[in-house]
Amino acid sequence: MTTSIEGAAPPESTAPHTTPEEHHAPQALRSRDTKPINPLWVRITHWLNAFAVVIMVLSGWRIYDASPIFPSWTFPPQFTLGGWLGGALQWHFAAMWLVFGCGLVYLTMNLFTGRFFRKFFPLSPKAVIGDLVKALTGKLGHEDLRHFNAVQKLAYLSVVVALIVVVLSGLAIWKSVQLPLLRDLMGGYDTARVVHFCAMTFIVLFFFVHIAMVALVPRSLLTMLRGR
Amino acid sequence: MTTPKRKPLLIDPALDRRLILKDAQRELQAPARRLFAKRAITLGGLSMLTGCSITDDKSVNSFLTAVSRMNDRVQGLLFDPNRLAPTYPESMLTKPFPFNAFYDIDSAPEVDGASYKLEISGLVQDKHAWTLPELYALPQASQITRHICVEGWSAIGHWGGTPFAGFLKRIGADTTAKYIGFKCADNYYESIDMATALHPQTLLTFTYDGQTLPPKYGYPMKLRMPTKLGYKNPKHIVSMFVTNTYPGGYWVDQGYNWFGGS
Repeated sequence: MTTSIEGAAPPESTAPHTTPEEHHAPQALRSRDTKPINPLWVRITHWLNAFAVVIMVLSGWRIYDASPIFPSWTFPPQFTLGGWLGGALQWHFAAMWLVFGCGLVYLTMNLFTGRFFRKFFPLSPKAVIGDLVKALTGKLGHEDLRHFNAVQKLAYLSVVVALIVVVLSGLAIWKSVQLPLLRDLMGGYDTARVVHFCAMTFIVLFFFVHIAMVALVPRSLLTMLRGR
Repeated sequence: MTTPKRKPLLIDPALDRRLILKDAQRELQAPARRLFAKRAITLGGLSMLTGCSITDDKSVNSFLTAVSRMNDRVQGLLFDPNRLAPTYPESMLTKPFPFNAFYDIDSAPEVDGASYKLEISGLVQDKHAWTLPELYALPQASQITRHICVEGWSAIGHWGGTPFAGFLKRIGADTTAKYIGFKCADNYYESIDMATALHPQTLLTFTYDGQTLPPKYGYPMKLRMPTKLGYKNPKHIVSMFVTNTYPGGYWVDQGYNWFGGS
């Protein structure tokens, strides 16, 4: 953005140019290259949160098994964390602080820096359907990883909402007496468990689709690791 | 005729070398893929968390225990001594109310009411042991509240007994002390914080749904706290003590959170 950044071009920009645009407009691209696609706070919160959510889900499955909401459905113990209910609860109530902290930093920074509106909006159902059709017919490009397509916007926004719901329903379960408003918002203690389960299910589905998409566009993993 | 026919599969060696180099370069330029593979291995490592190895690790366990004790303090701060647990109409009672203990229903202890005495010790002025008729003569209250089990299920029950805060005042308990410990006829033991002990809905209960507490629900008495999870509510209490020394609890000593508030 600023001239000082353009002046301090990183060694990568001296490498042979491979695309014609870079050849024609090296200055503009250089400044873009130095600015990470994913700022450091996004990368840190992303990976810490991913780590914490995996712990939350695996320990949550063990807790679920202690008293299944749907008696016909239990999670295989070998895919759970904690060894027994007490151990799973310890993991769950330790990793929750990491989820909570990451969420707080992520949401605050997103709103504070304006990234939230820049990256996720505008978003219309029409654009989502259009991009979805393109994606399914293999016509959706991923040339510019700076820019989210409409399906990505919807997916990332939904998982953020699901994470908020999972935290709020979790709080309603954990502190159903101390947080009456949240308890009522979730439809009471027993319903809060169902909400918590549904939000978890959505997050797990997102996780698998997300991993599959990263495998299809591996460069996106790089942007989440080193920023570019 | 004389022009030699080119074999269709013959590849120019120069072209071949160029292609191999190009392939190799592409591989080198795609660190993302290698990193992805590495990450996949790490994910595999993470999935090994599900095994017992990390759960049995001593340093991991002491860290988790430390966080659990921190959560005790956080819950102590979140606990509002005036916030009441919701109460329900009789029509919403869970029938039958589930039996739950660390043993089968047939092993529930049989306590002889005639010879029973509740022993009191620790930081209290009046340490005399209480007979059941003496306890039944205390001011009585009842509540229909939700019992929430640490496992996740909940059930609405109807308990009657004497408000615990009033009982503590009657025996001259030091209410600035940190803990109240309980010992039970079934060898269960538990302890609670003073703030919860003084909560208006904390009852020393002698009845369930209007009847003398049956053995399966904790005869002769159960401490009922709708602000705490089920395992914090001791049944078959035979003695209690007020102390500043952390007493632990049957499940708590195995890893359940001590505060166990809801």
